[in-house]
Amino acid sequence: MLMKMISPTDQMHHEKRGLSETPIRERAMNEERGRTGRDAMSPHQISDRGRDQRVASLAGKARKPFPQRFNVAAGLLAAALSLAAIAPASAYVAFVSNEKGNTVSVIDTDSWTVTKTIKVGQRPRGIAFTRDGKFVMVAVGDDDTIQVIDAKKMEVVDTLPSGPDPELFAQDAQGKTLYVANENDNTVTVLDLEKRIRIGDVQVGVEPEGMMLSPDGKILICTSETTNMAHFIDTATRKIVANVLVDARPRYAEFKSDGSELWVSAEIGGTVSIIDPAKREVTGKIKFAVPGLRSEAIQPVGIALTKDGKTGFVALGPANRVAVVDGTTHEVKKYLLVGQRVWHMEFTPDEKYLLVTNGVSNDVSVIDVAAQKVIKTIQVGELPWGITIAQP
Amino acid sequence: MGGHVVLGVLARSLIGAVGLVAVATASRAAEPIDIAIGYLGRAGVPQTLSPLDQPAADDGVAGAKLAIEDNNTTGKFLNQRFTLVDRRVKDDEDAAQAANELAAKTGFILADLPADALLKVADSLRGRGITLLNVGATDDRLREQDCRANVIHVAPTRSMLADGLAQYLVWKQWKRWLLVTGSHDKDKLFADALRRAATRFGAKIVEERTFEDTGGARRTDSGVTLIQRQMPVFTQKAPAYDVLVAADESEVFANYLPYRTWDARPVAGSAGLRPASWDPAQDQWGATQLQNRFMKLASRRMDALDMQAWMAVRMVGEAASRTNSGDTKAMSDYLKGPNFTIAAFKGTRLSLRDWNLQLRQPILLADGRMIVSVSPQEGFLHQVSELDTLGVDRPETKCKLQ
Repeated sequence: MLMKMISPTDQMHHEKRGLSETPIRERAMNEERGRTGRDAMSPHQISDRGRDQRVASLAGKARKPFPQRFNVAAGLLAAALSLAAIAPASAYVAFVSNEKGNTVSVIDTDSWTVTKTIKVGQRPRGIAFTRDGKFVMVAVGDDDTIQVIDAKKMEVVDTLPSGPDPELFAQDAQGKTLYVANENDNTVTVLDLEKRIRIGDVQVGVEPEGMMLSPDGKILICTSETTNMAHFIDTATRKIVANVLVDARPRYAEFKSDGSELWVSAEIGGTVSIIDPAKREVTGKIKFAVPGLRSEAIQPVGIALTKDGKTGFVALGPANRVAVVDGTTHEVKKYLLVGQRVWHMEFTPDEKYLLVTNGVSNDVSVIDVAAQKVIKTIQVGELPWGITIAQP
Repeated sequence: MGGHVVLGVLARSLIGAVGLVAVATASRAAEPIDIAIGYLGRAGVPQTLSPLDQPAADDGVAGAKLAIEDNNTTGKFLNQRFTLVDRRVKDDEDAAQAANELAAKTGFILADLPADALLKVADSLRGRGITLLNVGATDDRLREQDCRANVIHVAPTRSMLADGLAQYLVWKQWKRWLLVTGSHDKDKLFADALRRAATRFGAKIVEERTFEDTGGARRTDSGVTLIQRQMPVFTQKAPAYDVLVAADESEVFANYLPYRTWDARPVAGSAGLRPASWDPAQDQWGATQLQNRFMKLASRRMDALDMQAWMAVRMVGEAASRTNSGDTKAMSDYLKGPNFTIAAFKGTRLSLRDWNLQLRQPILLADGRMIVSVSPQEGFLHQVSELDTLGVDRPETKCKLQ
């Protein structure tokens, strides 16, 4: 008999000692990370978790005074020559969409705290700053729209006419055109951001999701989850010019900043395909293996590549890890333990830090990019999913 | 998310784009490859106790139709065109003959047939390069002593369903079971699987009872009053137990049990908390989109048989796109080979057990309203795949594929 199980009596024992039934190796890793495996709940632990969440939401309210600090800073701006001279180099603002909480958490990257929680529509996922940095767009799938948050007022001020069930989107460099993946009708919707109207759509494969523009803006990549392809769409003609088959359930696409490589993650396939954007074919595949973890748990989603293209970071979903990948050799160098069910990620503009959202543990992990270490965990809303950081 | 700055124009990608447009246009002109998939199902639907469980006339085949649409959306990029050939057999009709008619048109046939009919069909098609995809029969023997090399099993087995349920009940510390079994053969087979699961995962069956099917209509105008008197009495004087587990695939009594047991205890198995490959309430892992597409097509939500048929047709589609061909042999080799996996909105990739061609899959536990849990449960470990904690594992198999 090959099957190994933690016997129910062992399990009981652990629960009595306040531990969960998380497999032993995983628990050791969790402890290393400074947290218990509390999300693998036993029935007796549910009430504890509920309390945690209440505390978290209260804390969110208590921290309201922070926007006032912004007003003070704005006042100072008038007097001082430059805010940059006063503010620490790393003071950016990150917006995190909380899929279940129907909120967006605002993180100050100087204090690493949540300064504001904004109520948005139902099921917020894809989120990005407008190019001018004045607004944050967030796809609220269950409301079939994209909401626009005023980044200063920190409240929803407008909506965009996206198609049904928008999830991820991409905007051109000028901030004039927005491309939205509509999972429900196998379509990419094209929006004019200035006039805020629909100007076209492109039929793609089943369940479009990942959206990314090539650095030169000429090609839009759309990944379709059930068709298992990266569609290359010519942005001038809005026609598909190539379809590249990748592994099962492709969810995210990312270009190297010089346009030399396209990386596409396949959540169920468990790989990242490296595509040559000129030849439009898969030239390599990144595979992942974490000792002690079943291979099905490795589900790559979010990808971030440094501007020099030398390092890639890949979120591995329920494997609770971010893989650090050599951008040149495509070898996995390291696995960083983050929170539970890691989804998406974004660098601070100075590329010192990488912030990743952890869907199940309701927090954001901060990775020190140079040291390749997790340095901080920030509690946010319920089931954080997407993240965007304002460019300076 | 997002955020890219234009760094310059890449002339070569433009040239590449022009070149590929030319290639794509050329291939579009060619005739698409036609891939026909057969569906061999039973005429008529079984009677259920609850009218809400009554299967629709297109139960199963609607799932296959949706997967044909999904395959065609992908197929238009690969110049492949999928069609479904639907054939229903009545109980007194020869399924093997119907299968042979289908085999003239297609290399892949979905089968929703009872075990004996399926075996007859498999043996009559032997050596003809036809692959059967069993979407309906849960019998373990079809994957064990009666396994066939030309049958891929998409439906889970009774032992997988029972193990999925048992893992959750044990996790919940409901380890003392009162097992009530119906008097028909399939009820007894499910009870066998439940007994095996109890032994495997450390539950104890404190007592067994049999509910005799004495015939009679499932619905009557004055039935409830009688049932309300019968069920408490039937479950009276049981030893201390945590959960009543019912084995009633025949739909004779299990759904009468919830809220009517003598002791205030939950019901699981064929009523209450039920294990299944899929459930109309399932909406996790992107299933919302699948359910929406299904609703548009069939005006109802997707049930387990629909999903099993959807997965089977998607497997054929996956084989066609991965091998970039409509060649039956190449496609079936891919499905049975080591590289085959498929996504099916169950949170993990599904693959085939190479020793008996059974699809590995999580088991959903639903109460008729919501998904309560999904097995395998955390803590039940396996050195190859945790999905192999469900059902008969490689070292125990009696299957010799031929």
